[in-house]
Amino acid sequence: MRYIPNSPEERQEMLRSLGLGAAEELFDSIPAEIRLSAPLKTPDALSEIELLERFETLAARNAAARRPSFLGAGAYSHYAPTIVDALIQRSEFFTAYTPYQPEISQGTLQAIFEFQTLVCQLTGMDVANASMYDGSTAMAEAVLMAERVTRRSRVLVSGAVHPEYMQVAETYVAHAGIELRRTGFDMETGRTTIDEGVGVEGGALDKSVAAVVIQSPNFFGCVEELKAWADRAHAVGALLVVVVTEAASFGLLRSPGACGADIVVAEGQSLGVPLSYGGPYVGLFATREQYARQIPGRLAGVAYDKQGRRGFVLTLATREQHIRREKATSNICTNEGLIALAATIYMTALGRRGLQEVAAQCAQKAAYARKRIAALEGFSVAHSAPVFNEFVVRAPVEAQGILRRLADEHNLTGGLALSRYFPERPNDFLVCVTETNKREEIDALVEGLKKVWSLESGV
Amino acid sequence: MANVPEGLYYSKDHEWLKVEGDAGTIGITDHAQSQLGDVVYVELPKAGDAFAAHAEFGSVESVKAVSPVYIPVSGEVVETNESLADAPEKVNTDPYGEGWMIRIRLTDAGEVDALLTAAEYEDFLKSETE
Repeated sequence: MRYIPNSPEERQEMLRSLGLGAAEELFDSIPAEIRLSAPLKTPDALSEIELLERFETLAARNAAARRPSFLGAGAYSHYAPTIVDALIQRSEFFTAYTPYQPEISQGTLQAIFEFQTLVCQLTGMDVANASMYDGSTAMAEAVLMAERVTRRSRVLVSGAVHPEYMQVAETYVAHAGIELRRTGFDMETGRTTIDEGVGVEGGALDKSVAAVVIQSPNFFGCVEELKAWADRAHAVGALLVVVVTEAASFGLLRSPGACGADIVVAEGQSLGVPLSYGGPYVGLFATREQYARQIPGRLAGVAYDKQGRRGFVLTLATREQHIRREKATSNICTNEGLIALAATIYMTALGRRGLQEVAAQCAQKAAYARKRIAALEGFSVAHSAPVFNEFVVRAPVEAQGILRRLADEHNLTGGLALSRYFPERPNDFLVCVTETNKREEIDALVEGLKKVWSLESGV
Repeated sequence: MANVPEGLYYSKDHEWLKVEGDAGTIGITDHAQSQLGDVVYVELPKAGDAFAAHAEFGSVESVKAVSPVYIPVSGEVVETNESLADAPEKVNTDPYGEGWMIRIRLTDAGEVDALLTAAEYEDFLKSETE
């Protein structure tokens, strides 16, 4: 992107060559009745000093921004080394878009190729695409891909998948002739269950099922038994789609690929991408090599020219919509270029050991918080399955009220009340702990819960 | 000029059909492969899949495009040419021989009458290029 200044004379010249008298005439084709006839009613201009003061006052009202937080549920607070921001702000990267003229975008293609390689290593899969919009759209695309691969139209989605991911998938398949069915989960363990008919004709998981979609760690923080789910799915010829919302968990848990997953999708926000009110994030999408032609979106590859020189290319583009029209694997013709680059830099800067350390810190701090909260009078941990860095706490009274008092009286965002998605679980709330939560913050959370409950119960 | 062997049936979608009793072998014509260019991948159905006449049974991917392939007559797939997975270029080098795609059991032999003979297909190609 270049900065091109122009003077009033130059503007006049441009208008003259267009045969226009004023720039306003450019908008003549817009009917007069829907055009703005007077300037917008905005406050008068402020001086720079006044403006800074105004914004500082506004920012100071955002008390939650400086509050220690234990919110997770799909978006996670992790530390990103300064190098991530410094590098993505280089203008060559910052203004670039997904390569439409791949041959002149060698640097961008190489960055995408490296992103794909890292995603494969992280997920334990053979091939990854150039990225999707976010984790939820990646999951929806995995459902569509499973239908293409198996030519079956029923998909079983775990009841412990993020409820908003489920909504996105429902939107994606609403007119695709795919039936999404939600399974249950076991209230004791917090893990996915299929109530009836596994492997039985006409049952919930039979030969009409294209895929089983399991999130791990699931929405309640519980680590699922992926290997067992892979075996169950494969026994009826279905694919196992594994969804990961907390990518930091890749640093500790056995990779979904090693557990037998056929498609792995993940939200990549944890990999060096700021929370920034929910986006832009980046979706990871990886699968086995035999399904490479069914993968949605863009795919960067490496190739050699006649002289044996290495170059990067967009490959298998014949599946994409600009070539294959309505038969394309997906209507995504782009990728989250800049955010995928941020994730690439993050993963490269931390390396294998760095990612392991982040994951270990998350798990250890969460284990500490979980143990201390479970020991509190009145509170318990809702599920017994192993967790990574999130867990559900069962409060003695409605969680909403407790969380509100924690914020007001103890300046802590204690977690997410599950009643927002599960009205039948008013007392449960989800707590997330990452490497950015100091021990003092965890101790303050434990103390805060104790005090709030002792006041509520009048003890 | 494209090679159009005698004794085969042809469709206007550029597939050929060889009939032996109620068994049929299907592939794409020499003209079709030359239009597509280098074939890099052939997607085929599974044995046991059944298709109605003119339904899409697979696709051919060349360096230029992915094109659907249509079954000229109704039938059930008995066998697919698995060697195309490793050597899709056979579709270019030997479209009527080693480049065959599927063998089927015809479910309605009468449908063959609606297909083109070699001479009719050659005329059709000429009319298409004019």
